[in-house]
Amino acid sequence: MMKRLFSLLLCALLLLPLLPVRSNAAEPVTVNLYNWGQYLSDGSDGCIDVIAEFEAKYPHIKVNQMTFDSNESMYTKLTAGGSSFDLIIPSDYMVEKLIEEDMLLPINHDNVPNFQYVDEAFRNPSYDPGNVYSIPYTWGSVGVIYNSAYIAEEDVAAQSWDLLWNEKYANKILMFDNPRDAFAIAQYRLGYSINTEDPEELEACADLLREQKPVVQSYVMDQVFDKMQRAEAWIAPYYAGDYLLMAGENEDLRFYRPKEGYNLFVDSICIPKGAEHKEEAELFINFLLEPEICGGNLEYIGYSSPETASKDFMDPEVAQSPVAYPPEEEIAIGTSFSALSQEATQYMNALWLTVKTADTATTVYLILTIIAIVLVIVLWLLFKVRRRKEKARRCQKWKTQ
Amino acid sequence: MKSRFLSGPYVLWMVLFTLIPLGVVFYYAFTDSVTGAFTLANLGSMVNYWPIFLRSIWLSIFATVICLIIGYPVAYFIAHCKPTTQRLLQMLVMLPMCMSFLLRTLAWVALLEDTGIINNVVMSLGLESLPLIRNNGAVILGMVYNYLPYMILPLYTVLMKIDNRLVEAAQDLGCNSRQIFSKVTLPLSIPGIVSGITMVFVPAVSTFYISQKLGSPDTILIGDVIEMQFKSAYNPNLGAALSLVLMVLIFICVGIMNRFSDEDEEGMVTV
Repeated sequence: MMKRLFSLLLCALLLLPLLPVRSNAAEPVTVNLYNWGQYLSDGSDGCIDVIAEFEAKYPHIKVNQMTFDSNESMYTKLTAGGSSFDLIIPSDYMVEKLIEEDMLLPINHDNVPNFQYVDEAFRNPSYDPGNVYSIPYTWGSVGVIYNSAYIAEEDVAAQSWDLLWNEKYANKILMFDNPRDAFAIAQYRLGYSINTEDPEELEACADLLREQKPVVQSYVMDQVFDKMQRAEAWIAPYYAGDYLLMAGENEDLRFYRPKEGYNLFVDSICIPKGAEHKEEAELFINFLLEPEICGGNLEYIGYSSPETASKDFMDPEVAQSPVAYPPEEEIAIGTSFSALSQEATQYMNALWLTVKTADTATTVYLILTIIAIVLVIVLWLLFKVRRRKEKARRCQKWKTQ
Repeated sequence: MKSRFLSGPYVLWMVLFTLIPLGVVFYYAFTDSVTGAFTLANLGSMVNYWPIFLRSIWLSIFATVICLIIGYPVAYFIAHCKPTTQRLLQMLVMLPMCMSFLLRTLAWVALLEDTGIINNVVMSLGLESLPLIRNNGAVILGMVYNYLPYMILPLYTVLMKIDNRLVEAAQDLGCNSRQIFSKVTLPLSIPGIVSGITMVFVPAVSTFYISQKLGSPDTILIGDVIEMQFKSAYNPNLGAALSLVLMVLIFICVGIMNRFSDEDEEGMVTV
C-alpha cells in the first residue's frame, strides 16, 4: 500500500512543473536584464556593484541579470520566445534590425531625464533616429589583442589583420564566434565594405575564413578572457573594452587597431516587446545614465563612455586611455555596421556554417565506414552459415538418436 | 486494472512530452524556415554534413569500445566483491555522475590544455609540451570519462545476477577458467553488454559540449551543428532535419547491434 501511495505521489510530482507560479503582490518587482557577459560592474575589485546600488535606492525593484555572448544569440533567444526580458543591450546594427522587425518598445524619455548627459555625438544615431527605441550604453572598437611574450615584434609591426592568418602561430589564434564580426575581419582584409550584401563578395570572405580555419585554435566569445589571460592562446580579435579588462590580469597583453580599418560600435539599452515592467526598466536606464554610476560602471567594464560628464568619476588613467578613446586620426578609419537585409543575413549565416563545418580529414572516416559495412555483411553471412550448420548438426543428432 | 491506472500519468507524460515534440520535430524537418511550406530541401542539405555524421559516429564507436574494454573488467571485479564492498564501489562508480557534466568536462580542459596542469608538469621537467587537447583523442577521452558509468552499471547488474551454480556446474564438468568465462559468464552477460553499449553510444553520438571544449574547430560533431542551428544560425528547420537523420542513424546502429546479440543468444542455447 505504502509503495503504491509513494508511486502515486511521484507521478503527481512529475506534473508539478505544469503548475503556474503565482507571484505575490507584496513581492518586489523583478526587472529582467539580458546583457552581455562581463558587461555590468558587479562590485569586484572595489568597483561599484550597480545592481546592488540600484536595489538599495529602489527597494521595491529587483534586477535579475542573464547574459548572452553575441548579438546573434540574443536575437535567437528573443525570437524563439518563451522568455520575457525587460531590458536588452544590443549593438547598433542589431538595434536597427530589431526596430525594422518591430520588436522594440519606444522609450518614454520623460522617465529618462539623465539622457541629457549623453554626448551630442551619440545622440540621434543613424540606426535609431531620435533615440526613440535605444539609449547609448557604451561604445568601443574592435582590434587585435596579442601576447607580447610570444609574438615577435616584426609580426605585429604591420598592425594588420594578417596576424590572424599567420601560420607561425597556428593553434594559438582565436577567432570570433559570430558571423558578423568574423566576416567584418575578412571584409577589411579584402577591402570590401563591412555592410556589403553582394553574394560574391560574401563568398570571397567565406573562402578567406575557411583558409584561416587550420590555424584557429577555437571560435570563441567570452572564453577569450580565460584563454588570453592564461596564455593558452596568443592572438585574438576582440573588443577594446574587454582588452582593458584582460590587460589588468596579464601584463603581457597588447592591443592595436588594424590599419585596414576596424569596427566602431555603440551598444544601446532597449526595451523589447513583451517587457512586463517597462517603467521600472526605464528607471534602471535612467540610473545607469547617472554620470557617477556610468563612470564607475564603465571604469570596471573598460568600454568607452558616451557621457563626457561621467569621466570625472573615473580613474583618470582609464578616462585618458588611448585604447578606450582612440585619437581622431584613428577614429577616422573605423566603420560601423548597419543592419543587413534578411536575405543577406541568412546568406551570411549559411556561409558561416559552411566555414565552421568545413572538413579536412574525411577520407579516413570514409574508409573506416566502408570497412565496417563490409565487416558487418561478412559477419552476418558467417553467422547465417554457422546457424545453418548448427541446425544440420542438430537434425543429424536427432536422426541418429 | 489498478496497474493501468497507475501508469496513466506516465502515459500522459509520454504523449505530452515525447510523442507530441517528436511530431513537432517531424513537422519542422519537412517545412521551409521562411515560408513554412512543405519541402524536402532540409533533408536534401544533409549531404553537406555527411562527413560530420561519419565523424560523430566513429568517435562514438571508438569511445563505446573503449568503455566496454575498461568497463567489463571493472564490473566483473565489483560483482565478485563482498556485498558491503560492492555497495561502496558502486557508489564510487556513480560518484562522478553527481557532479555537473559541464564541470567534469571543464576539469579535463584544465588538465589537458597547453598551459594546463599536465603540460605544466611536463614542461617543468624540461620537456616539450604535449599536444593533449584539441584532437580526436581528447574528444574520445571526454566521451569515455563522461559515459563510463553508463557502461559499468548495467554490466555490473547483469554479472551480479549470474547464478553461481552455473559456474560451479561448468567447473564440475571440467571447464577451465577461460572456458567458464567464454561459455558461461560472457554469453549470460550479453544483455548487459547490449544495454551498456546503447547507453554509451546514443548519448555520445549526439553530444555537443565535449567536442567544443576538448576538440578543435576540425573535430566538430553533429551535436554541435544542431546546437548552432538553434543558438546562432536560427534555422530550427535544418536543426530538426539533422536531429531526425541522427535519430534514424542511431536506430540503424543499435538495430545492427541487437541483431548480432540476438544471434548470439540463439547460438548460446545450443552450446
